[in-house]
Amino acid sequence: MSIEKIVMPKLGESVNEGTITTWLVEVGEHVNEYDPIAEVMTDKVNAEIPSSYTGTIQEIIVQEGETIKVDELICYIKTDGKETAEELNATKEKIDIDEPMTETTEEGSMSHRYSPAVLSLSQKHGVHLDDVTGTGIGGRITRKDIQKYIQNRKSTIAEDTTQTEKRASKSVVQPPSTDPYNEGYELTGVRKAIADKMVLSTTEIPHAWMTVEVDVTNLVKYRNNVKQSFKDKEGFNLTYFPFFIYAVAQALQAHPILNSTWQGKKIIQHRDINISIAVANENELYVPVIRNADEKTVKGLAKTIHELANKAKTNQLTQNDMTNGTFTVNNTGTFGSVSSMGIINYPQVAILQVESIVKRPVIIEDMFAARDMVNLSLSLDHRVLDGLVAGRFIQHVKQILENIDETTTLI
Amino acid sequence: MTELNYIQAITLAMEEEMNRDENVFVVGEDVGIKGGVFRATDDLYNKFGEDRVIDAPLAESAIVGVGVGAAMYGMRPIAEIQFADFIFPAVNQIISEAAKIRYRSNNDWNCPITIRAPFGGGISGALYHSQSVEAIFNSTPGLKVVVPSSPRDARGLLKAAIRDNDPVLFFEHKRAYRLLKEDVPTEEDEIIPIGKAAIKREGEDVTVITYGINVSITEKIATKLEKEGTTVHLLDLRTIYPLDQEAIIEAAKKTGKVLLITEDNKEGSIIGEVSAIIAEHCLFDLDAPVKRLAAPDVPAMPYAQPLEREFIVTEDKIEDEIKQLARF
Repeated sequence: MSIEKIVMPKLGESVNEGTITTWLVEVGEHVNEYDPIAEVMTDKVNAEIPSSYTGTIQEIIVQEGETIKVDELICYIKTDGKETAEELNATKEKIDIDEPMTETTEEGSMSHRYSPAVLSLSQKHGVHLDDVTGTGIGGRITRKDIQKYIQNRKSTIAEDTTQTEKRASKSVVQPPSTDPYNEGYELTGVRKAIADKMVLSTTEIPHAWMTVEVDVTNLVKYRNNVKQSFKDKEGFNLTYFPFFIYAVAQALQAHPILNSTWQGKKIIQHRDINISIAVANENELYVPVIRNADEKTVKGLAKTIHELANKAKTNQLTQNDMTNGTFTVNNTGTFGSVSSMGIINYPQVAILQVESIVKRPVIIEDMFAARDMVNLSLSLDHRVLDGLVAGRFIQHVKQILENIDETTTLI
Repeated sequence: MTELNYIQAITLAMEEEMNRDENVFVVGEDVGIKGGVFRATDDLYNKFGEDRVIDAPLAESAIVGVGVGAAMYGMRPIAEIQFADFIFPAVNQIISEAAKIRYRSNNDWNCPITIRAPFGGGISGALYHSQSVEAIFNSTPGLKVVVPSSPRDARGLLKAAIRDNDPVLFFEHKRAYRLLKEDVPTEEDEIIPIGKAAIKREGEDVTVITYGINVSITEKIATKLEKEGTTVHLLDLRTIYPLDQEAIIEAAKKTGKVLLITEDNKEGSIIGEVSAIIAEHCLFDLDAPVKRLAAPDVPAMPYAQPLEREFIVTEDKIEDEIKQLARF
């Protein structure tokens, strides 16, 4: 027998913290290797933590609701088998109260342990502790760290007021409302991830926007003709959305610069065209990815969209479903919107908003005609893209869409 | 200014007070003809005669008891206990009589006695010549307990103790006697107030609160650490009962990281009380657990030198603790 540590596993490339939502085991309970021991909520997915050992849960360190970094200790488990003398010593050390400091000196292990001084300073000065780098043991934020942070912030304010506004939106926590009729709730999990990412995108990316009108009369006709047979055959609805994804994926092949991501000092142009789509349920917004969208037919895209939407509804999206997107298409038309300015899905460089399809009078060859019109709104990262290339891309999408009918495009 | 060592400063204080006030007299073992085993009363016998520098029998209870009676009668006795380790027979006189006279008599009587006693170890004094006994008296209102950390403080505080109208216990670290030297403003009648701690050094990283000989040791280490980028805020308690709460709170808040040092055994020592004051008043300013550096909870200081080094607070131990706290 020996006492082993179970730590927060890394549940995805960009995931570096998680919140234990539910413990599935209790202290003293026996578990087998790979048995789930806790449910954890990370930035974008809920997952289960498997036990790394067969044995008995010895001590639970992280309580439900606590957020901790990857590789931080969550519980001790006493494994089955013989205990060596060395291991006995190791166990003894763990409970040696004379040396509390040595136990907690692992890198990052103290980064979320705040002293009263640090907490009260952060509240007094409205400092978001995640923004402060800890230099103490195990990454602990010391009182000096936070004083230094406040000092630096002050000098920045003096230097540049616009900078301050940005920073304020990023780091100042408003004092909690004292109005007893307003009920507050903690910012956690996916909501927090959304908030952080939106702030990151809007503060860092210089957004530019353009909107084109697209005549999709033919597309509407085509889809109306086939939708019943499609439903009968495939078991789910054929919406307009996969047609738009199809057009975007094809156009991206011709304009690969839009299929890039911003990586600090360089821009990476991606070979794979992975389209992120926004899927919302009541409280949360997920952005699952359709991989290699350019290689799929309209039916293939429809099927993937259908699957991802179902997963989102039932909370089954995995981290894997949501990584490596290279361009985002957002179906704002479902809310009846005819114009919107999307926030780019960082670190991508552009996002396309597909608005509502509306029947409108349009002049064609000096005659009025009733046509099905849709606005496509493109937001672009002006560091990477200029109006010219973005305009060419969106014109290309428009051209593809206007030419979709039963003769050009198979479903 | 005259450079004096710690024991010279004490002798000078007694001589000056005896010149100033004829009610001041000295009583203790070997304080007269011999001039004290540490020579604290050197030459006082010749200067003031046997009526004012009295050799007492080996009876601490009598030394203090005589002092208490004389003090109540209007004299200002300085009772010397040869080693603090021998004070126990006199404890009843100190705690039950001296400390309580004023309260018991509804202010009709008081007891202006000063009880001097060399204490502390690190001089191969073994079990009965090394003890720190101050904690015994630290829960007795009516007493004042003073432990000076430097020659200048020793003179100023002893003069204040002699002039105080209530009993004062005056503990002198025997290792400090000839180790510590400094310029003392002998030209002036400097009185250092009892009950006031002193900031010995301003710093930003770690607060050290201590008293007695560990003040000068910490100062030395602080000078060294400053070159390495760690600054120490050092508070000398000077009076360890009653404590200067205001100064303790202020010093603790200064850095939020506090190291308390005593040569006494850890559990039940005076620094436990200091720690409690900090816990009560400074919660939201603390950046680290309050740390105590003290002797182990072992009955007495060993004679063997390696064991004595192990037992006592040393420079290395202090440096280690400060560094750990600074890093925390």
